[in-house]
Amino acid sequence: MTQINRLQAGGRIDRSKPLTFRFDGKSYQGYQGDTLASALLANGVDVVGRSFKYSRPRGIMAAGADEPNAVLQLGATEATQIPNVRATQQAVYDGLEAQPTNGWPSVNLDAMGFVGRWFGRFMPPGFYYKTFMYPQSLWMFYEKHIRRAAGLGRSPRAPDADQYDHINQHADVLVVGGGPAGLGAALAAARAGARVMLADEQEEPGGSLLDSAAQIDGEAASVWVTRVVNELADRENVLLLPRSTVNGYHDHNFLTIHERRADHLGDRAPEGMTRQRLHRVRARWVVLATGAHERPLVYGNNDVPGCFVAAALSTYLRRYAVAPGRSLVVSTANDYGYRAAFDWQDAGHEVVALVDSRANPQGAWQEEARERGLRLITGAAVSDVRGSKRVKAAAIVPLNEDGTQATGSLQWLTCDTVATSGGWSPAVHLSCHTGARPQWRDDIIGFVPGESREQMLTAGAVAGSYSLADCLKEGVSAGLKAATEAGFSGADVPVPTVSELAETPPMALFAVPHPKPNSRAPKQFVDYQNDVTAAGIELATREGFESIEHVKRYTAMGFGTDQGKLGNINGMAIAARSLGQTIPETGTTVFRPNYTPVTFGAIAGRHCRELFEPKRYTAMQPWHEQHGAEFENVGQWKRPWYYPKPGESMQEALNRECLATRESVGILDASTLGKIDIQGKDAREFIGRVYSNAWAKLAPGKCRYGLMCGEDGMVFDDGVTSCLGANHFLMTTTTGGAAHVLEWLELYHQTEWPELEVYFNSVTDHWATMGVAGPNSRKLLAELIEDIDLDGEAFRFMDWRQGTICGVPCRVFRISFTGELQYEINVPAHYGLYIWERLFEHGEKYNLTPYGTETMHILRAEKGFIIAGQDTDGSVHPYDLGMGWAVGENKPFSFIGRRGMKREDCVRPNRKQFVGLKTKDPNIVLPEGAHAVADPSQPKPMAMLGHVTSSYYSAFLGRSIALGFIKGGHERMGDTVYYPLEDGRVVEAEICSTIFLDPKGERQNV
Amino acid sequence: MFHIYCPHCEEYREEEEFHPKGEAHLARPEDPDNCTDEEWGDYLFFRKNPRGVHHELWVHAAGCRKFFNVTRDTQSYRIYETYKIGEQPSKAITA
Ligand SMILES: [Zn+2]
Repeated sequence: MTQINRLQAGGRIDRSKPLTFRFDGKSYQGYQGDTLASALLANGVDVVGRSFKYSRPRGIMAAGADEPNAVLQLGATEATQIPNVRATQQAVYDGLEAQPTNGWPSVNLDAMGFVGRWFGRFMPPGFYYKTFMYPQSLWMFYEKHIRRAAGLGRSPRAPDADQYDHINQHADVLVVGGGPAGLGAALAAARAGARVMLADEQEEPGGSLLDSAAQIDGEAASVWVTRVVNELADRENVLLLPRSTVNGYHDHNFLTIHERRADHLGDRAPEGMTRQRLHRVRARWVVLATGAHERPLVYGNNDVPGCFVAAALSTYLRRYAVAPGRSLVVSTANDYGYRAAFDWQDAGHEVVALVDSRANPQGAWQEEARERGLRLITGAAVSDVRGSKRVKAAAIVPLNEDGTQATGSLQWLTCDTVATSGGWSPAVHLSCHTGARPQWRDDIIGFVPGESREQMLTAGAVAGSYSLADCLKEGVSAGLKAATEAGFSGADVPVPTVSELAETPPMALFAVPHPKPNSRAPKQFVDYQNDVTAAGIELATREGFESIEHVKRYTAMGFGTDQGKLGNINGMAIAARSLGQTIPETGTTVFRPNYTPVTFGAIAGRHCRELFEPKRYTAMQPWHEQHGAEFENVGQWKRPWYYPKPGESMQEALNRECLATRESVGILDASTLGKIDIQGKDAREFIGRVYSNAWAKLAPGKCRYGLMCGEDGMVFDDGVTSCLGANHFLMTTTTGGAAHVLEWLELYHQTEWPELEVYFNSVTDHWATMGVAGPNSRKLLAELIEDIDLDGEAFRFMDWRQGTICGVPCRVFRISFTGELQYEINVPAHYGLYIWERLFEHGEKYNLTPYGTETMHILRAEKGFIIAGQDTDGSVHPYDLGMGWAVGENKPFSFIGRRGMKREDCVRPNRKQFVGLKTKDPNIVLPEGAHAVADPSQPKPMAMLGHVTSSYYSAFLGRSIALGFIKGGHERMGDTVYYPLEDGRVVEAEICSTIFLDPKGERQNV
Repeated sequence: MFHIYCPHCEEYREEEEFHPKGEAHLARPEDPDNCTDEEWGDYLFFRKNPRGVHHELWVHAAGCRKFFNVTRDTQSYRIYETYKIGEQPSKAITA
């Protein structure tokens, strides 16, 4: 297919580099330098999508981020699918594959159109609320079909093959936008010596200057752009970021920039290059030079392909050498629309009429229009359009002076293109992100950024200054000011001189009246993405919605992926008029991040797959892997869960591990337990204040178990602390609680008791810890440890000794989490694997069996030992746990938790208490979380007595065991409770002691 | 994301290095055991939730591990000052 709309000459495209791409299954050609939108228009593609509600054909309207219709699905393969790409912001590359996101089976032959035509009539504003919200159970059903009909793009079904990354940046001055104001600001700040970043969302910097007919310093504007960009690129203190959208402006001048590094190069990023990058920038000063979006006028059938915003036509004509039609009607309320007519005429095409809504505009632009011989019609505007897949004619209507009334009938003009300009809306989006509310200015008929709390300046069109001279002047001065504020000065940056036509004041015109009332006139679209019409907004105000925020939500105006860049101000103006208010009285909605859609890839960066989160391994990890361990995540740690032998089920492996430990000897990698080294002359006093039990008399060489409570008296961690010396202790914590406990200790030391001399240091990673448990553990260790007397009388339960194992210095703690004779060996982490392997060499004859966290849980549950965080949930104090023995009531200092656990609610009877549970059928293992009731036949909701916190099958006991809470449970030993389960079964269980095995401790005290 | 000046490190660092720990200047009662349930409940549970200037406790968790105070506007997110534990906020900023 030929490029029927491509001009013979001109534009910034490279005609020596033709590119082939596909859209909606058809192949087309474009040139290097084209956007997908300019290339589609060059090929005469009028229809690029179907509308959301009414399934009306839609064409390209704009040339930038404000484009509402040409939102396409990109990607040649399943892995490279990207939804929500605006064709106006996507460069064409060879082999590009694009699909419309709505329209089935294709945008030109649309089956849904029939549905849309009759269905759409029944879809007024608030339609979702009115129609589909009830019954709520059916919403999921409706939504699926609505989405299929509307087509909002789709996510890829295969993993993204490209890489994305993040980079942290610091800038003295971040300039947002590379138009005349932004380039001026960047140049000024850079010459002052500031570290400058310039981010521009387009393929090349220059903004409006790239399609401008103006002269700067006596040369074409584009020449000035090239000179400035070259200087910036050469400067070492400047980072130039094209294809980079500043999409969020966050607290304290933190901004995020979405850089599309390879999206213009191909379906996949080149080898070794990330596709997109998110820059996280902390800027001392920010200059917003984000420009403005032109507002189209609102008129009947204004969505028929061939209707454009006026400035977009100039962009397509002058920058891309594309004339998307042959005969043009321009309707404008200001001088800006004239430019489209002149450019169209310069391209050699017919301007049917240049229609100006102002009654009698007299100025340089009007003069030139007359000189050019254009048919200038004043006091009128386009009010209706004929055509379905392309404009066939436009009707203009005479207006009264303020544009509120049609004063005559429609006059039809044959044309294929309509361009309108209602004025400019400054791109206040980023300033809104900082919380600044936009301020209305009557003189420019638009909202400008409100006062900002950030160190931010604005320059150019975003500040309401639309003349090129003003943009350049404000840009240079904002750049200098930002650099000066950041501590740089002395730059010499002359403001460039400009020749341009003087302007006549614009007229406030948003919606063009139709001779018929809006409710009966053809549809006048305000928000194209969500099919919101002028009549719909008026209906919303009639139904009582007065706040613009409510009107917005009721009509869905501005809720599309374009956030209503094109339509919001028109919609507010229509609502204001309908409510009989001014626009500032009606107010505006604010924009939120992100400015344009961002891919999940850019948000995730490298934080995905194997780099999603750091993984922590113990020193013995290679051995665990070689021996077939299954792993469990505990915080960031990977812990062996169990070690299945070939063909063994999980339960079989657990049974074997448990029995081997109880009958001979087992070993657990306990390195992940938190270890905090505590020193200082007040260390003992401090420990006594943060643990519930007594520490005053713990001698060097001794260990003690402690419970840690909050000020509310509730247990949050536990562990063994050992006295290493008079002023030196080693505290252990749960694996998951280590970081929290350290911060807790620091909190109390730094804020409450700074007078205590005590120091804390995490030594978790410094030591490899091996728990050797079972009746043969002493015999095994005796073969390896030469300098510690392991005799039961010499090295007693809850003692620790310093020694040497296989030539490696070690600390051995005789503590037990299994109820067996047990030793915990700690060696410097680098020796962990070596010592572990020596133990297995010697342990073979004792059937030394490695066990994981699951067997650890079973063995400790058989003894009724709690796991903080599993058997406790922040609502349990030591007495609830039956661990009142661990509360040092006689300690002189009111330790953390003492007052809390004496509160009225903590001492009342019938609190939930920690008990053991034996099912009547010893083979049934209760599910953890199951709730106990007294009478399973009572009506629902049943009165619950408590729940199961731990539950296992114990091979050693030959039955199931469980731990859990029962109201008043300590006084209810032997009672029966019932657990009604989800599957309908009711499990009967008896309340018993939490200690299922060896209540006298004879197994460990040998 | 906040930019926070750590008064111990004496430099601005990113919010990611810090943890907020709630309201500042909450002293633990001298004699907890002689507090009424109401007094203890006030200390334990009741916190200011102002719209405006607020004194907060923060910790430079992934930095020097030191706690310090932040005077922050909960509405504008402006940080007026940071100061060490034991110090008082500037009089000029009224809470
Ligand atoms: Zn610090």
